[in-house]
Formats: sequence, structure tokens, C-alpha cells
Amino acid sequence: MTLLEARNLGVGYKVPGASLLSGPRLLPIVHEVSFTLEPGRTLGVVGESGCGKSTLGRALLRLIAPTGGQVLWQGQDMATIPDLRRRRSEMQIIFQDPVAALDPRMTLARIVSRPLATFEPGLTRAEARARAIEALGQVGLSADFADRYPHELSGGQAQRVGIARALVGRPKLIICDEPVSALDVSIQAQVINLLMDLQERMGLALVFISHNLAVVRHISHDVMVMCLGRVVEHAPRSAFYAKALHPYSQALMQAVPEPDPRREKGRVGTALAGELPSVLSPPPGCVFASRCPKAADLCRSTRPVLREVAPDRLAACHFIEGP
Amino acid sequence: MSVDLAPPRGTSTFHLQLRRFRQNGLSMASVVVLAAIVVLCFLGPYAFPFSGEDADFDFISAPAAFIWPHLFGTDDFGRDLLVRVLEGGQVSLTIGFLGALVAGVIGVLYGAVAGYVGGRTDGFMMRLVEILYGFPYVILVILLSLLFGGGNVALFSAIVFTLWLTPAVIVRAQAQSLAQREFVQAARAGGMTGPAIVLQHIVPNCMSTVIVYGSLLVPEVILSESFLSFLGIGIKEPQASWGNLIQTGTAAMDSDLRLLLLPGGLLALVLLCLNFIADGLRDAFDPNDR
Ligand SMILES: Nc1ncnc2c1ncn2[C@@H]1O[C@H](COP(=O)(O)OP(=O)(O)OP(=O)(O)O)[C@@H](O)[C@H]1O
Ligand code: SF4
Ligand SMILES: [Mg+2]
Repeated sequence: MTLLEARNLGVGYKVPGASLLSGPRLLPIVHEVSFTLEPGRTLGVVGESGCGKSTLGRALLRLIAPTGGQVLWQGQDMATIPDLRRRRSEMQIIFQDPVAALDPRMTLARIVSRPLATFEPGLTRAEARARAIEALGQVGLSADFADRYPHELSGGQAQRVGIARALVGRPKLIICDEPVSALDVSIQAQVINLLMDLQERMGLALVFISHNLAVVRHISHDVMVMCLGRVVEHAPRSAFYAKALHPYSQALMQAVPEPDPRREKGRVGTALAGELPSVLSPPPGCVFASRCPKAADLCRSTRPVLREVAPDRLAACHFIEGP
Repeated sequence: MSVDLAPPRGTSTFHLQLRRFRQNGLSMASVVVLAAIVVLCFLGPYAFPFSGEDADFDFISAPAAFIWPHLFGTDDFGRDLLVRVLEGGQVSLTIGFLGALVAGVIGVLYGAVAGYVGGRTDGFMMRLVEILYGFPYVILVILLSLLFGGGNVALFSAIVFTLWLTPAVIVRAQAQSLAQREFVQAARAGGMTGPAIVLQHIVPNCMSTVIVYGSLLVPEVILSESFLSFLGIGIKEPQASWGNLIQTGTAAMDSDLRLLLLPGGLLALVLLCLNFIADGLRDAFDPNDR
């Protein structure tokens, strides 16, 4: 059965109104995102900084309530799951800043075992601690770490504690929100391999958010490219890396001459020239029109819909050349 | 897979901060002096064969001759000055620490909830604080004394009522930024409820600020108690407090300075100690410093 499905998902933030009298406005960030994720698979989500990847990731777990569309967990609309709080053990998240993700006042054993107080309230304190130590072991941290504090860890160790906390409730899905971008290049591969390892052993599904195309290539089965809150291309990994179809994806690819996880290149974000439109006043036509080399008048007036341009491949562009 | 070795020792930030505080000589000396004054105030009166309210008609307005039993002499009613000052200290110190504690707890919880929940609730809660801030202090005290018929309860509630506002504002700002931190997101993904997050993540992480601010709150409470008693709204004769003792002392200042110097000096010493302690705590605990 499909594990996670997004249907036309829209997400936004409430921000203070323009004037004192007007109430809060909704600032839309993510628009009409749809995809499905099967157990044990990895969906890579790529896009520039600020395009709404983290917002999407949080909305998938309903840490932010969507403003439109639905998220289905094992076929059931998350908005209607009774007592969703207790089922969160099945869907976890790890974060970009591994140190900020750990409460500096708690020991690692307490950080990792805390979710169990909600998910398995029957456990005794000692049992919960044993489970925390087991989870720390799964990410390669010895039991001696249990009584350490976050400030005593390196970034890579802190990220592994974050993973241990996600694992302790025995999840089916982990949303990885740029889990390696804050880490040294030499540590990145370690954490990525750990995630792939755990995926294989536990049948985890991953949503892997990144702006590093090389890392995404290494870990993903499918790739979804986002631009300004919209999906512009969605394809199986090998097909995507053989030839990206959307001009935006191609521009991202050109920023990564040699996909290689050990190199700092591969980061997207500074490589694209041209002015990025503001989320406050999104363009009426294609989200990439202001920077696209192929942009025509049609692109600026009419938004291209995401459609199947080849078997299994979706793209949102008026002028796709076949694969 | 290779297994990492743990770092040598687990030390919480709190322990590190405490250690830093202990290395501050002036603050540690202040702690000792303050503790001595507290012990003296609470145990000292037992050494004397009378209480501060007993009048000794053989010794009216006796000078400070350091002769047993009236070491610092007596007041116009023949009551022993030293014992009255010590008993007044019990009242002032109790109100000071208890008032700061209650005001602090209310302020911290209020601010933490407002900052974490945010949005409309936060707007409403903070508007209320602003309104209360604007309320004239003395009028409030008079209203409360009318309500409680004067006395200690009115005084205490007036003090708490005005002093919880500032900790609420300070903690709210910090809770707001903590609420955006990723460990709070992780806690929500871990199924924690809002109240649990406020109590287990937000409040403990505001503790450094609270301890620093709380140590400044104590002298503030003691001062407002003295101020109100000085105005005659607070602690009433014959019960002694440093405030009303200083008031009596000021009235007799021209003829006999001793009635002012003993309670005034002790109050000044306590305030000085508390300020040095607050300084040390700020150096040791304030995260903005490092
Ligand atoms: N709490 C918030 N309130 C209002 N706007 C927000 C909030 N959080 C994020 N945004 C805005 O939403 C947009 C998308 O943010 P998001 O964090 O999802 O981007 P991202 O793709 O994850 O970027 P990065 O790669 O830098 O992490 C940004 O323009 C950001 O300013
Ligand atoms: S629709 Fe037009 S502007 Fe948009 S990507 Fe395609 S060619 Fe470029
Ligand atoms: Mg992000």
C-alpha cells in the first residue's frame, strides 16, 4: 500500500497584515504538490534555497497545517486521523542544523527516549533508556554517550543522535530536511550511508530534501524538482540524471558538472543567474520565466501545467524537448 | 559499522554555569554574607529574653552602648532595636524571596505560553500586560489594601501583581525564538503536547535568563516593600519591617541617627550582596555573553 501521498498540497504561513486594521494574511509558499511514496523508497526533493522545501517537509507530517489539498498516510487523510499525536512514531523528521535539533539541557538518553513517553507509555524508565541506548547503537554511538550533553558532540555525531531519536519509535518514514548540508564533506557520506543502511535494514521510506544534486543522486529512487513552491519536474533517478527535461532542472545540473558526493560543488543556489521572483508577488506565468533561456511570451502569461512528457516523467514547461 | 567513542565526561551546561559562578570571588563572598544575614535574622532573636514587641520601661530610648541585653539600645517605646531590626528582616527577606519567586513563576509561565503559542493568543496576552504596565502602581496598592483590608496580604499581592510583568515580557521574547528552534519541531514530531513542550523544553531553556532576572527581582521586591511600608501602606506597627523601621528612623534622624543606621545599613548591605550575586549570575549564565 502507498505509504504517503500528497494531493494538490498547498502550504502557507500566516503573517501580520499590511496595515494595523487588516487581520493576518496568508503567505502561500507551496502550491499544488502531488506525489506518492511507497514503503522502502526514497524521494529526493531538490530546489534552491527558499523555494519551500522545508515548508513542504513539515506539512507532510502536519507539523504545519496545509492550506489546501490533502496528505494521505497509508490511504487515510491525515487531517482525519484520530489522535495523530500517538501515531507520529511512524513518521519522523531529521533536520538541517543537527545541534539546534537537540535540546541543550537534556542528556542524549533523555533526548532519544523522550518520544517513547508518548508512543509507548507502558515502558518503565529503565526500559525506555535501554531502547534509547539501542537506538544510539544503531547509529554507531556507544552506550557511553547516553549521559552526554549535545554541546559535547561533533556535528556528525549530533546528526546521528537526531536519527536515533527518529528511529526509537520504529518509524516507517523519515523526512530528511537537508540532513547533511551543515556537515563537513567527509562526514556527509557517513551520514548518507547510515541512512541508506537503515533504510535497507528496516524498510524505511525517506523523503530526502537537499539542494545538493550529487547527494540526491546517491540516495534517491525518484527525484522531484521544485521551483518557487511548485513541482517543475518529477522523474525516476536514472532517467533524470541521464537527461533532465525541464530548463530549470537543466540549469541546476549545469551547476554540478561532476556529480560527486565528496565535492563541495553540487550545491545549488548561487549558481543560477537572473533575478529570483519574490514569493510575495509570484509571476502569473511560469515560475522560471524570469531566468529561463527559452522563455517566450506564452511563458510569462500562462502557467505550464505539470504533465506526463514521457513515460513516468512529469514536467511543467511549455517547450519540453523529448528525452 | 565503526562505533564512536564517547567524549570524556558528561557535563550539563547548568553545571558549567554553576562552576563559573563559583569562581567569582565577589559573588561567592556576597552569598556568604547574605546567608549570614538570613541566619542572623531568623535565629538571632531567640538569643534574647524578649521579643521585638516587648516594651522595657526601664530603658526608654536607651543609646547603643553595647550593654546586654539592649546592645543597640531601644526606641521611644523601650523596644529593643536590634531585635526589632532582626524581626523586621524576617518580614522583609521573606516577602523579598517569596514575592520574587511567585512573581517569577507567574511571569515565566505566562510569558512561555504567550511566546510558544503566538498568534492571536500572544497578541491578546501581551496587550493585557501593556495595560497592567500602564496602571499607576500606588493607586493599585491602595485599591488592593482596600480590598484585603490592608496588611501583609494586600502588600504581597500588590508587589506580585506589578512585578510579574517584566519577567513575562522577557521570557516571552525568548520563548518566541525557542519555539522556532528545531528541537521544538522535533518534540512536536515526537508527539509531545503543547503544555508538555512549554514545561519541558521552553521553560528549562529560559532558566538562565530567569535566574539572572530573578536575582534582580529580589532586591526590587524588598525595596518596594520598604517603600510601601515607608509610605505607611505596607507592614503596620507594631510589626516591624525594614521599611517601617527606616521610616521611624528617618523621623528621629535629627536627634538619634542610630534608629536609621541599623535597619538602613542592613538593607543596604543585603541589596549590595544581591546585586553582586546578580552580577555573578549574569556573567555565569547569560548566553549572550558567549
Ligand atoms: N514561519 C514562517 N513565517 C513566514 N514565512 C516563512 C516562515 N518560514 C519560512 N518562511 C518563508 O517561506 C519560504 C520557504 O521557506 P523554506 O524554509 O521552506 O525554504 P527551503 O526551501 O527549505 O530553503 P532552505 O534551502 O534555505 O532551507 C521562504 O521565503 C521563507 O522566508
Ligand atoms: S515554461 Fe517557458 S519559462 Fe518556463 S521553463 Fe518552460 S520554457 Fe522556460
Ligand atoms: Mg530548509
